[in-house]
Amino acid sequence: MTVALCVTAIVVIALLSEITWPYVDRRLDHRRARREARRLGVVGPYDPGRERRAEQRARELLRSCVNDEEWGMYRDLGFIRVWGGQGVPADAARDLRGVPYAYLVYPHKPIVAYLPQTGQLLNEYCVEFPDETRPFGSARLPDSDDVLAKWMALKGDERRLIAEANLHLPGRQIDPKQVQRDIWRLGRWERERLERPAADPGTPSPPPARHDNP
Amino acid sequence: MKFLRMRPGHGEQLIAEGDPEVAEDAERLVAEFRRQLDQGMWAAVPVTSEAGRREAELVRTFGDIPSATDRVIFFPRAAGGGV
Repeated sequence: MTVALCVTAIVVIALLSEITWPYVDRRLDHRRARREARRLGVVGPYDPGRERRAEQRARELLRSCVNDEEWGMYRDLGFIRVWGGQGVPADAARDLRGVPYAYLVYPHKPIVAYLPQTGQLLNEYCVEFPDETRPFGSARLPDSDDVLAKWMALKGDERRLIAEANLHLPGRQIDPKQVQRDIWRLGRWERERLERPAADPGTPSPPPARHDNP
Repeated sequence: MKFLRMRPGHGEQLIAEGDPEVAEDAERLVAEFRRQLDQGMWAAVPVTSEAGRREAELVRTFGDIPSATDRVIFFPRAAGGGV
């Protein structure tokens, strides 16, 4: 009986180690890489405020680049709408027969294309901007930098960005109900904005509304 | 003209600055521009349209940068994600 239990325990331990070893190995590699980077002065000790300061800088950069309306949209709603087809030759957009379309740009989420006239969702474009130099161990840009990168790429060369993205039907990563709700919120936000007197540029800016990542 | 680069955990970093009208600065800026593109960065220039709208242009060579530009923003090239 004892022998059987011992054999069973050994088998269980062997199976578990088979499963957990790759994870442990990755963690050890990561730890070694961080220690080496720290030794070379590339990575400083962990700073819990770093991400927050990075995001603050990114927000300032975003604000300095986009239009006031778009900045307000991001600040209040957590995403930016970018009109599509601005830099695209007319014949290239023939699939939509001239119907205006737009993108909703979220931080670290797919870009969602839709028809503003009907609210119909067209596609999700999954795209990332990974910085493989990983200066602090992560390839992920701050939220506002991610939004700005998408905004600049859509404005500067929409077709190039879309060509790089993975195309999916709506609902792959973002709940279509949430997108519909965001489109409704955007419409309401625009109506309220039009009704307001001229925007006060000195208004302090709270953090943007956040969505949970998929 | 300033060259800014988006960095994870950092926000934008000033990586080069100079007056493209000055030969020495221009040479340094060109070299840095090429270095960033070689590292896989995309370069964007914030511009303002004739209608007063803020837009952006992606530039592939130093010569494509509009002369009135005061900053060029480098960011990692796009890659398909979320598969």
